[in-house]
Amino acid sequence: MDLSLSTETMGDRTIVRVGGEIDVYTAPKLREQLVELVNDGSFHLVVDMEGVDFLDSTGLGVLVGGLKRVRAHEGSLRLVCNQERILKIFRITGLTKVFPIHTSVEEAVAATD
Amino acid sequence: MATVELRFSALPEHVRTARLVAAAVARRAGVDEAVLDEVRLAVGEACTRAVGLHQHGGISAPVKVLLIEEEKQFSIEVGDEAPHAVPGGRAGDGSGDADVETEEDEMGLAVISGLVDDVEVSAGEHGGSIRMRWPTVPPATLLA
Repeated sequence: MDLSLSTETMGDRTIVRVGGEIDVYTAPKLREQLVELVNDGSFHLVVDMEGVDFLDSTGLGVLVGGLKRVRAHEGSLRLVCNQERILKIFRITGLTKVFPIHTSVEEAVAATD
Repeated sequence: MATVELRFSALPEHVRTARLVAAAVARRAGVDEAVLDEVRLAVGEACTRAVGLHQHGGISAPVKVLLIEEEKQFSIEVGDEAPHAVPGGRAGDGSGDADVETEEDEMGLAVISGLVDDVEVSAGEHGGSIRMRWPTVPPATLLA
């Protein structure tokens, strides 16, 4: 299984839909996508993880890197995830305190801090 | 020898193979279905770390994974051949990339220690290993 990526704009938010497995092999593709979006001026990102089957620490590292980049532009990076096995990885690494995690794209798009 | 032994070139694309093999052998050994996701993630983290150590150290030797079925427990040992220095020493040059690599390495270990109760990390001049153990359910329960 490879990684699938697609993007969509909703107002000032850019939705990045991720599917498949995010690991040491595929994470660089996600990193490139996030870097490209920020370089193109998209600073409010919503990463939809509902289609993700597997996430490891390399993937977490890429998401943290994305968050650093958008924050440098006073932007935001929100996650959409309802899968317990993925949420568990955010919990054990303490990253639930770092990322706002939403139950739907609509909720993430509507959210303000 | 180990129940199943796997050696692979230190390349990111092979880590997924190691995860799949480890999960399949763990399932067969009687590791609880609910824990298989953790086995998959933990072995992936350990292999990712080993691949990184070999690549950064220019080591051509393969990464070694031992899957060991024992009485009432299942063990996985992921071995690397990287000479280990003091933890965190790789970030010594202060470059951004090295910092990111070290952060990811530490995050990998954080995930492993958060997931696996029984884990031993050892490191020496000639390489290191991460050994993880999970309890197995008796075959009678499997048949039920």
